[in-house]
Amino acid sequence: MTGSRLRAPAGADSTTTTRSARSRARVGADIALVVIGLCFMAPLLWLLLAAVDPQAGYQTTVPSTPSTDNFRAVLTPELLFRPLANSFLLSAGTAVVNVLVAVLAAYPLSRYQSRFNKPFMYTVLFGTSLPVTAIMVPVYGLFVQLQLLDSMAATIFFMATTTLPMAIWMTKNFMDSVPLELEEAAWMDGASNMAALRTVVLPLMRQGLGVVFIFVFIQAWGNFFVPFILLLSPSKQPAAVSIFSFFGQHGAIAYGQLAAFSILYSVPVLVLYAVVSRGMGNSFALSGAMKG
Amino acid sequence: MTIRRSLRLLPVVPSILLLLLFLLAPVVWSFYASFTDASLSGKAARDPQWVGADNYVRMFSDDSFPLAAWLTVVFVAASAVLGQNVLGLLIALLMTRSRRAVSSLVGTAVVAAWVLPEIVAAFAAYAYFNRDGTLNQLLGVVGGQGPDWLYSFPMVAIVLANTWRGTAFSMLVYRAALADVPRDISEAALVDGAKGWQRLTYITLPLIRSSIATNLMLITLQTLAVFTLIWVMTAGGPANASTTLPVLAYQEAFKFGDIGYGTAVASVLILLGMVFGAVYVRLLREQRP
Repeated sequence: MTGSRLRAPAGADSTTTTRSARSRARVGADIALVVIGLCFMAPLLWLLLAAVDPQAGYQTTVPSTPSTDNFRAVLTPELLFRPLANSFLLSAGTAVVNVLVAVLAAYPLSRYQSRFNKPFMYTVLFGTSLPVTAIMVPVYGLFVQLQLLDSMAATIFFMATTTLPMAIWMTKNFMDSVPLELEEAAWMDGASNMAALRTVVLPLMRQGLGVVFIFVFIQAWGNFFVPFILLLSPSKQPAAVSIFSFFGQHGAIAYGQLAAFSILYSVPVLVLYAVVSRGMGNSFALSGAMKG
Repeated sequence: MTIRRSLRLLPVVPSILLLLLFLLAPVVWSFYASFTDASLSGKAARDPQWVGADNYVRMFSDDSFPLAAWLTVVFVAASAVLGQNVLGLLIALLMTRSRRAVSSLVGTAVVAAWVLPEIVAAFAAYAYFNRDGTLNQLLGVVGGQGPDWLYSFPMVAIVLANTWRGTAFSMLVYRAALADVPRDISEAALVDGAKGWQRLTYITLPLIRSSIATNLMLITLQTLAVFTLIWVMTAGGPANASTTLPVLAYQEAFKFGDIGYGTAVASVLILLGMVFGAVYVRLLREQRP
């Protein structure tokens, strides 16, 4: 819209006015965006400053004696390492289950025409829209009945199911873009479907699978409500939940440590997001999720 | 032949089993339990009794449910439909005119709030709206005296916080949509002397209307389900002043131990989600026949 050039012949005067009007519009847009950007950064400023301020409160101030004390205080097995290890186990487990199950489901849906495909895909799409927080009360009831409460494995499978519709949808779209010809060649050589899937299709959609894995991993890593309800013993709780208990117990005194803890816990997903968006363009999640 | 065809669908089975066990079963159980007096502990926990529509009757005689329903509508309308949607579109439009460096920096700031784990975003928002927090410090700089946002204006605080947290999604949707708008159409309009806002309302917005519709559906569904942000910032309080439906369902079920009533509230939410979900699926279906 902005870079457009007038095609109609115009006098020198009017061209100059349009150009200066346009550069004025550009400066206006820049200023407006910078203001919006500052507003979005403002709440994060506290997090960054409080983390290096041993005397931090809720005020955003430049620390008088910046130090790494807060980080050192939370870098203990009890406070940080075990919860982070639990977060990793939960998120990696969820992502592995998702990728495995989604690849299996996507293969026939992508490769064979069937009357079953369309209804299934739309049901899956419908599944993406269920409000997960709304089913947590019944899921808790279900887990009590099945005696699955406080089970890491069951929590992983539940979390995997909540992201599964999105994962199937994305995986199928990625698989659709792998040409069928290569696979047919493998069939000619006597490979079975599953062998063709493993040796031909999956290597070609490595990048897409990486996106699905990271996408699910990020969601699981940040998830608070599900483990908060389903995992009871502190030794199994991920960082999202332990940080919340820390906030409840010490938050009123140890703001700086809370901020330091938050930053250490956020770094992995920020890095993963950067990796994916670098590789796939900024709208990675949407390209798989929304385009057919 | 048909057997072989069905066999081909075998790999789909694990996904179906998971979806049945962990998604469909809880939904069905939710509707069932909402007609019982199931509770977290005591006699009714071991042996819940069928109580018919009692929980639903109580919903409408109680003050807390209508209030929570209303607050949910306000929360979704103000933070998703208005806040995230309009701000996301505005940012995406501004980005088409601004320098690349500026838009990528600002884009990073907007996306950061969205990529952070929700509990961290919630802490940051809590600190920001705190009586001594950054917002009031900023207001102090311009000579104003800010209120205790979380206590006096909890809805304003959570609406702004959710707008901050979720705008990135709409921004990304609209950036992708605007990138697909053919350049020559708006150029032609420019030649015809159409003003900026005319181009926007008569050309750009109609061209991206399907993205607008899908985006509205998705952010409505996401916002309907917001729990952590509200729980950390206000815990639904003071009193019930910021208790939306997910918070109410949680409180009834886990704080007061009334699983039956909690699932009734959850069932209403699930039904709402289903209605929006059905509209969303329909929209996408129409878009690609």
